[in-house]
Amino acid sequence: MIDALEILLQANFWAAAIRIATPLIFGVLGALICERAGVLNLGIEGIFVAGAMAGWLSVYLGAPLWLGVSVAAVTGACLGLLHGCLTVILGLSQHVAGIGITLFATSAAYFGYRVAFPTVTTPPRIEPFQPLGLSFLEAVPVIGPALSQQTALTWLAFAATGATAFVLAKTPLGLAIRAVGDNPASVDAQGLSVAGLRMGALAAGSALMALGGAFLTMSAFNAFFFGMINGRGWVCIALTVFASWRPGKALLGALLFGAFDAYQLRLQTLAGGAVPSQLFLMLPYLLSIAALILVARKADYPRALMKPYIKGER
Amino acid sequence: MIRFEPRAQPSLLLRIAIPMVAALAALLLSLIILALTGAPTGRAIGLLFAGAAGSVFALTETLTRATPLILTGLAAAIAFRSRLWNIGAEGQLYAGALAAVAIGSGAIEGPPWLMMPLVCLAGALAGGLLMLGPALLKAKLSVDEVVTTLLLNFVVLLFVQMMLEGPLKDPMGMGWPQSAPILDEAALPKLVAQMRLHAGLVIALVAALLVASLQRATVLGFEMRAVGGNASAAGFAGIPVAATLVKTGFISGALAGLAGAGEVVGLKGYLTSDLSPGFGYAGIVVAMLAALEPLAVVPAAIFIAGIFVGADTMSRSLGVSNYFADLVVALSLLCVLVGSLFLRYRLRRVGPA
Repeated sequence: MIDALEILLQANFWAAAIRIATPLIFGVLGALICERAGVLNLGIEGIFVAGAMAGWLSVYLGAPLWLGVSVAAVTGACLGLLHGCLTVILGLSQHVAGIGITLFATSAAYFGYRVAFPTVTTPPRIEPFQPLGLSFLEAVPVIGPALSQQTALTWLAFAATGATAFVLAKTPLGLAIRAVGDNPASVDAQGLSVAGLRMGALAAGSALMALGGAFLTMSAFNAFFFGMINGRGWVCIALTVFASWRPGKALLGALLFGAFDAYQLRLQTLAGGAVPSQLFLMLPYLLSIAALILVARKADYPRALMKPYIKGER
Repeated sequence: MIRFEPRAQPSLLLRIAIPMVAALAALLLSLIILALTGAPTGRAIGLLFAGAAGSVFALTETLTRATPLILTGLAAAIAFRSRLWNIGAEGQLYAGALAAVAIGSGAIEGPPWLMMPLVCLAGALAGGLLMLGPALLKAKLSVDEVVTTLLLNFVVLLFVQMMLEGPLKDPMGMGWPQSAPILDEAALPKLVAQMRLHAGLVIALVAALLVASLQRATVLGFEMRAVGGNASAAGFAGIPVAATLVKTGFISGALAGLAGAGEVVGLKGYLTSDLSPGFGYAGIVVAMLAALEPLAVVPAAIFIAGIFVGADTMSRSLGVSNYFADLVVALSLLCVLVGSLFLRYRLRRVGPA
């Protein structure tokens, strides 16, 4: 019992929590931007895979790390625009389009991997992002060393949270994005382009999702594995509702989730073989469902979410 | 200028032609991608068709593969018709398979006429009960069922792995995480001698007929369509929306569970955690290709099955990854989605305003 509580005081535990949270921060921010603009982006799971694969492959082929990150982001943005062509321009079902994008991006990434590496059995490795090792942080107990172990991409995720919060809350663009997700007709009446705003939000949001994937192959690990995303995208969709579409709460939710996941991993070693490992591995998914149930009653969905806007139609 | 105009009622010809054109377009797009990778496209097409339908063996393999796809396709079609987004057929399939081995591998014994229906019913029941959770949460607490069903897929797969390493592990399996074999009395008979095609296909075809008549000729079928058309209007008209959603969810999950039971007692004979290469997700594509029509699910499932089986042959001969099949399936979904636009709208040239 004491051991189980002592975990909470270890810097390594918090470092792991933040590491697990990082891709989720990117993913939840991305999902939140899309949904605030009125589009449910279920392509997220596939965009994670595509981002992970595209970023890692570019670096493997000789690109610098940050160029790899950009390639991942552009890949995500393109998939977001494809989603937008189907759901915003053509007004098709966001559920089906999203599942379609996920299936397409996943199979394209896997197929691409097999084209590039037809026979390899051990995944080729790259030199990933290194911890920044910010020594001035070390003085802060527990959290300081945990933060100094993080790579630049984690700090990018924190910065993206701040930037998203600022843009959504304080800028005319943010106001327009929020309005287009609540009442697109009002945006149209202002002379702004509903489709343009939604496409932009999808591109930006999907780019962030892809960064979440890129973090996994370029910072958390150093290779691409089949099935490495393993439902992280769907967890982000649940966390977005949990965070009631607010960037600050999204960060908090992702960190809570990361802490919980890191905690169960440590409990697992503590429990030895007494409890089947799968029981622990189920917990993150069950936690996401529980979080969704918890907030479902008072969830304040963007009012025009999943409603295509066709000019002149009511 | 070209304009979209709403179409009143699409003709039957159009409703049949559009999915076929979409499927061909998806195949064409995938072949372009294949050509870009430098594979010999001509030979690839030949191998794809030969593998899917070039011999009696190929045809029976395609029908074998179509069997679970018909059932997961029906599962998606019936749920989507009521706008219940059950994306959890993969998990429900595994739940059904687990239930089938739990009672079919020696827990109870009986003659074939008892055991065969029993294992199938157990599978259907398990899948249905699993979907009951998300359906109830949706109906009572308006918890989004897309996310809950998707996340449950992962939970169920982990649960299956846990069972296969624990209580259901085959003591004679030499340490492999697999279940004990199904009793001979519980195994479904083969349809063609020397081939893998089994009576599960008959079950799937009967299921398609039953779902079609359920939708056309029963009160529940009418309620399902009404809820799918406009839930609040249906509620206003006195249709029990929540109850309809829950019933739909149970039937949908049961169909997917039946698919899992069929794979175990008809084909594999035991359960491993890699039983399904994504039959649940491919079922969504099948349902969309079939425009959610239960009877059209059958040809749509055979098409998708043919792609999978053909791609296997192609990949063995050419060394092209069989993820190619997943690519065709994914593109089919996107193409048929775009195609659905032409069911609702027509393109018309209009003069300058």
